[in-house]
Amino acid sequence: MTGPTAPGELRLAVALDGCGWHPAAWREPDARPRELFSGRYWTELVQEAERGRLDFVTIEDTLALQSSRYDGPDGRVDQVRGRLDAVLVAARAAPRTRAIGLVPTVVVTHTEPFHVAKAVATLDHVSSGRAGVRVRVRAGRDEAAHFGRRDLPPARPADLFDEAADYVEVMRRLWDSWEDDAEIRDVATGRFIDRDKLHHIDFAGRWFSVRGPSIVPRPPQGQPLVTALAHAAVPYRFAAGSVDLVHVTPRDAADAARILRDLRAEQAAAGRLAESLRVFADLVVFLDDAEGRAAARRARLDELAGREFRSDAAVFAGTPAGLADVLEEWAGAGIDGFQLRPAGVPTDLTAITRGLVPELRRRGLVPPEYGAGTLRGLLGFPRAANRYAAAPPEPAAT
Amino acid sequence: MSSPTRQIHLAAHFPGVNNTTVWSDPRSGSHIAFESFVHFARTAERAKFDFLFLAEGLRLREQRGRIHDLDVVGRPDTFTVLAALAAVTDRLGLAGTINSTFNEPYEVARQFASLDHLSDGRAAWNVVTSWDAFTGENFRRGGFLAEEQRYERAELFLRTASELFDSWRGDEIVADKESGVFLADAKAGAFEHHDAHFDISGQFTVPRSPQGRPVIFQAGDSDAGREFAARSADAIFSRHSTFDAGQAFHADVKRRLARYGRAPEDLLVLPAATFVLGDTDAQARERAEEVRRQQVSGATAIQFLEQVWNRDLGDHDPDGPLPEVDPQPGENTVAQGRASVRMYEDRLATARRWREIAEAGKLTTRELVIEVSGRQAFVGSPATVADTINRFVQARAADGFILVPHITPAGLDEFADTVVPLLQERGVFRADYTGTTLRDHLGLAPVPGWPVHAV
Ligand SMILES: Cc1cc2nc3c(=O)[nH]c(=O)nc-3n(C[C@H](O)[C@H](O)[C@H](O)COP(=O)(O)O)c2cc1C
Repeated sequence: MTGPTAPGELRLAVALDGCGWHPAAWREPDARPRELFSGRYWTELVQEAERGRLDFVTIEDTLALQSSRYDGPDGRVDQVRGRLDAVLVAARAAPRTRAIGLVPTVVVTHTEPFHVAKAVATLDHVSSGRAGVRVRVRAGRDEAAHFGRRDLPPARPADLFDEAADYVEVMRRLWDSWEDDAEIRDVATGRFIDRDKLHHIDFAGRWFSVRGPSIVPRPPQGQPLVTALAHAAVPYRFAAGSVDLVHVTPRDAADAARILRDLRAEQAAAGRLAESLRVFADLVVFLDDAEGRAAARRARLDELAGREFRSDAAVFAGTPAGLADVLEEWAGAGIDGFQLRPAGVPTDLTAITRGLVPELRRRGLVPPEYGAGTLRGLLGFPRAANRYAAAPPEPAAT
Repeated sequence: MSSPTRQIHLAAHFPGVNNTTVWSDPRSGSHIAFESFVHFARTAERAKFDFLFLAEGLRLREQRGRIHDLDVVGRPDTFTVLAALAAVTDRLGLAGTINSTFNEPYEVARQFASLDHLSDGRAAWNVVTSWDAFTGENFRRGGFLAEEQRYERAELFLRTASELFDSWRGDEIVADKESGVFLADAKAGAFEHHDAHFDISGQFTVPRSPQGRPVIFQAGDSDAGREFAARSADAIFSRHSTFDAGQAFHADVKRRLARYGRAPEDLLVLPAATFVLGDTDAQARERAEEVRRQQVSGATAIQFLEQVWNRDLGDHDPDGPLPEVDPQPGENTVAQGRASVRMYEDRLATARRWREIAEAGKLTTRELVIEVSGRQAFVGSPATVADTINRFVQARAADGFILVPHITPAGLDEFADTVVPLLQERGVFRADYTGTTLRDHLGLAPVPGWPVHAV
């Protein structure tokens, strides 16, 4: 394999959350805040992303009400509050789409790896190989209180990432715990499966032990895509060791190059090859065809929100062509792809699919059609080999 | 009949991971591929069924320490399949079995409230209580729960989840773009719950769902299970599909309702029921025999016997008589992860009874197992089956049935095409949906407090 993408090509995803990433976006005339809890709303957004041939969507989620604070509810009533479960939203959209990847967010700190592994495997089955999962660590006391099972934050914050690494390891083993050809339906012997091709995973770690095998046969992709967002050294280490695709938040191209150096060093330390990890940069985008109008909208939304919009990711306000210039520059620094967070939905989502994408296509930076049938395929990954399958016999020496 | 005609409820159970499901038949398709679920759901919806039902087991069954390989093995995740089916159906209820031992209320309440939103009010939760340490090995807490606490936890789990469902009244989201008020109440979703099993507080993330909460099913048979249903469930999924046992069970659970201030119509009794159809009753009987032979291969007969004998019978000939040796008493060490083990708790008595049946009928081991391991609930021509189902419901042996076809995914098609029209002609089954939610289909009163705001 030569690398993640064809030379000069970049990959595109969008992050879906509520009415968009600006806290006042729900007040825009075309926003649909009253439909946020309907299947139709989410299906239509994913379909729009698919019309733009985006590689995947992520769906935001946590196990607490949205808040501007890290340590609990903020009591605000002027922003979108309330969310549906992201895995179910993705599953609801799957039968109504055909090629785009579906990557719901899952909090690993409070959930069962066995349950989530089977849910993501099933999302892969219902979408014919388009599933991923963005794993997320949550250290908040408020979220912990929803479960009442542990005290957070832990004395050593890195523990949560070590636990996340175990969690991903358990999911991966469970996805491999059935070999692809385990179902044999051998009428002569009355056996439905070849049980030698099902495997107990026998994971025993500091936080949990899981015996396996999964109750769900191996997903079509073998391994659904695992992603994580990372901003600093500890999460970089986790991402470099555990995930297939990491979302990072560079300020500019030089920052992107620095982050990539850090990530590649962690990867090497973890003994993983460079091409096993895709690096996507996140950007919040306000887009408009007319010069200056996107910035004006941003200013107007800031005024409604009562304060200037800030984000962990870089914020771009301008034309699709201007954004294409930025993406091209960052891609030059080694970034594989981009996850755009539309500031307002539908405005900035359609500006991506109908403005930015045609522009990138004119520049030959994104392909015109979906080629591969799976999400891993779209990202240039081969179908994953199964860790439990016996290696094929060596070809006989001649 | 003097009392008014009772309407029948019908539901479709996706074929499960036991020997009822015949995988060796050439018509048998994938039980994992989503197309199978779509086919099955569309048949059920075309037939105007109340709901589709998914069972769940959280550990693959093992026998003598090895993964059981004779039946269908494996199934997809309940929530994920139901949410996807919400995209390809409009009216059909979507019922999922979710365990109350190896889950936490906040997460499950969130998933069911989300499913209810995403399906516009069609979600149902079958609360099951498997607690065993064998299953626990797949989860963070292991086998932490004592058997006698399973319904205590289920009860508190459901109560806690209900508080979460009720934590949003339904009128909080105003989303007034002009004034900038999204939420009318900053405390929307606030909850606090402390008991022996759950010690939680905070804010719930999912606004009140179309049904207020999912329809609640219970599927257990013990006294504790029946009490749990009488107190808290909207419907019981039972295994009493014969006439006499059905009437006795129906009367028993309906009698328990008054204690909780509930009326008989507040709890539906819906037994699982298998069926075999034919052009004539005789042809159906012949087919039923054939299906039984498909369901009980020689190997299946031996493993079935092992569960009762509690011994390795790997060398026993299924086409010969029952083993001379008696069952081994004590803890059942042969089969794990299956409900049937507890159905035959007095193993010596069971063996004695089976020997008598085998001797009387000169039956081989396999024939005996075919004889004793249950037969199809309804066998006959479409007219016979329609009449039988109707007779059972009118006589209160059930309020309806959860049909379990033996072929995936087309095993319901013939029933939908031949029996349902007869029931509709007789005026005992709906010709079309009259409501949109599953509660509507089941004739259940709206959950109190819903809808809060008049539209
Ligand atoms: C008709 C029927 C269907 C059931 N389906 C399931 C199921 O899908 N998954 C499960 O874990 N338990 C299932 N159960 C079993 C019980 O809910 C559960 O194991 C419980 O602990 C047994 O309760 P009991 O002791 O009251 O019978 C079912 C039981 C019955 C009667």
